[in-house]
Amino acid sequence: MRPTTPTAEKKAPTATTPGRHARREGFEEGALLTVDDVHVRFHTRNGVVHAVEGVSLELSEGEVLAVVGESGSGKTVFTRRVMGLIAGSRDTEVSGTVTFDGIKLSELDAKGLSKVWGKEIALVLQDPMTSLNPVKRIGAQITETLILHQKLSKQDANARAIELLRSVGLSEPERRVRQYPHELSGGMRQRVTIAIALSCSPRLLLADEPTTALDVTVQAQILDLLGDLQSRLGMAMLLVTHDLRVVRSRSDRIAVMYAGRIVETAPTKDLFDAPRMPYTEALMNAVPPITGPNHVRLAVIPGRPPDLLAPPEGCRFSPRCPYAQDKCLTEEPPLRDAADLPGGSAVEHSYRCWYPVGTPENAEARRVNVERGETAAGTLVTGEMVPA
Amino acid sequence: MSSTTENSVVLEKPTDDQPTEDVVLRLEDLVVEFPAGAGQIVHAVSGINLEVRRGETLGLVGESGCGKSTTGRAIMQLPKPTSGSVHFDGRDLASLSSEEVRKLRPKLQMIFQDPISSLNPRRRIPDIVGDPLVVWGRGSEKEKIVPEVLRAVGLDPEQVADRRPHQFSGGQCQRVSIARALVLEPEVLICDEPVSALDVSVQAQILNLLEDMKARYGLTLVFVAHDLGVVRNISDRVAVMYLGRICELGPTEQLFDAPVHPYTRLLVSSIPSMEGAQRGEVGTGEMPSPVSPPSGCRFRTRCPLATDRCASEVPEMREVAPGRFTACHHPILDTPASATVAAGDLSTNGATSTNGTAPAPADS
Repeated sequence: MRPTTPTAEKKAPTATTPGRHARREGFEEGALLTVDDVHVRFHTRNGVVHAVEGVSLELSEGEVLAVVGESGSGKTVFTRRVMGLIAGSRDTEVSGTVTFDGIKLSELDAKGLSKVWGKEIALVLQDPMTSLNPVKRIGAQITETLILHQKLSKQDANARAIELLRSVGLSEPERRVRQYPHELSGGMRQRVTIAIALSCSPRLLLADEPTTALDVTVQAQILDLLGDLQSRLGMAMLLVTHDLRVVRSRSDRIAVMYAGRIVETAPTKDLFDAPRMPYTEALMNAVPPITGPNHVRLAVIPGRPPDLLAPPEGCRFSPRCPYAQDKCLTEEPPLRDAADLPGGSAVEHSYRCWYPVGTPENAEARRVNVERGETAAGTLVTGEMVPA
Repeated sequence: MSSTTENSVVLEKPTDDQPTEDVVLRLEDLVVEFPAGAGQIVHAVSGINLEVRRGETLGLVGESGCGKSTTGRAIMQLPKPTSGSVHFDGRDLASLSSEEVRKLRPKLQMIFQDPISSLNPRRRIPDIVGDPLVVWGRGSEKEKIVPEVLRAVGLDPEQVADRRPHQFSGGQCQRVSIARALVLEPEVLICDEPVSALDVSVQAQILNLLEDMKARYGLTLVFVAHDLGVVRNISDRVAVMYLGRICELGPTEQLFDAPVHPYTRLLVSSIPSMEGAQRGEVGTGEMPSPVSPPSGCRFRTRCPLATDRCASEVPEMREVAPGRFTACHHPILDTPASATVAAGDLSTNGATSTNGTAPAPADS
């Protein structure tokens, strides 16, 4: 964790980001990845999709940051933009800067990026079925990066590949390197993609829903493996997921995304102890508990995530929020620091809400809405929406 | 369980008008096998005995490939099981002709995982929901029943009148397929992963809806899912499946809080916890192929407690505590409060009060 205050209230790109060749010099200690005001817009036949809107983040060396959001929240597009897989084109509009260890990734061309990919930054994707090449042997897929980046000989690379497969807990690695992806199960394939990602000891690992396609017992194995490797290698990790349960014990900090924006970010414990954004609160309450009595009435979030072709005015969550007032419909709240709120502590906790949870303003908004039976957005307030 | 349940009568042929007391569905030695080419056979379901009581929600959990969906489909005779029988309301579906099975279908309905692809994209919502009535010669009642059912599942009949499935989100389509299943007022609803394609926020809506519909229509639910949190919340009893067999069956809370079968323990401890801290054992390995399942106990290749006996002898399902059944030679009995309930106290709070800083209830 970086001890200084984060990006709250910071909107425009600042001039402090060092130039492209200023690697590590004069760079703020610890900040490995700085994402500043990143926008991604897709021009489609039906209009402009605002997939990512002004996301700013910092990730320190050795830190695990979880990005949590539902489908359509922009978390995957954001990850791909960080990696440089999405670049500006005729129908894709990008802006903002991504700085990795002093290098402006967002300004690199394909050739420049390929020097960083695999070596410094690696990516693990959701679907291990499609992220491996079906017509190449496992061994060849691992040695490719080793030969390219580490200039190993074929033999050395092969020996290293076997070692890597063993380190990710794959049985019989000598045999596996000769096999093709279809001969392995989903969990084994995901181990292979992790082995490939880790082959050059990257300093940053982007993991986009690494366990969503896997069964729960395998999911636990893979998450533990990632956690082990991450702490052993001192690697920073951006863990992208829709599952709050997955990140609770496996991240240092969480950023919650909704409709292309970060709506709350805080150290993991603080977020779970005192969520400020009503969306975060609602998301936590909607997860079925795994202890306690069964047949618990779940708190619901009415409606559905917004259409990014025409996101709502004001706060993006206002049509579904139980606390929404008139102000929420017209003015979009900025990211604000939670330290000033009652019960707020001086941690890097920021949120995007006019009536943050746990404040008298929130209680008042809630009272008003319960009294009139609907929110300012016209959503009916039911007992299910606002758990007592 | 033919051999064990206290209220299971010895299996005489139950007559049509006198179903076995409060058991609505009974699976006996259900076996489903599929050819896998080259003379190989996929043993998807290998001898399941299970009773579903009227009015309960029975959860069927397990990892992918364990045969839980196949079991759900075999109940519907989609396809007919390889051997064994499914008794519905006392009648053995396997012995009936397909026409007779068809006549029972209104009482036995199913909803599926992918709500969008399970609806005909070219038809309007009221037609989709009203179709079962037309099929059963009750088309004239459509005008009256369809809006009623649509309202029950939380859709506005006027709003959806001219719409087709692609105009709806996944959650709304799942509401439509629930409405379609309910329009004939079935007795049993088989839910095959009904919420796994939905976002968390929408998933809670559908789960609450299923609970409401169960109460309103007096349904019996067979709930097939891989998400243990979901199953734990909605089920009265849970059956845990592994490689085509049931390894544990019991009341939900007991089963999750103090699992008896080593596989159940592994499953439960693998659930990432909302309360943090809790990290039970993590297993190794993965499920073997159902083409060549291990001899004896099928879980033995991953089981920390496995002995020689487990390789040679298939464990029989037996009752280890009132209402709790397991198929294991070495059930975990002496440690009822296993590691998995360590966070119990904490979480009971978490379930009832929302969280530490939720708005004070006093002002409402």
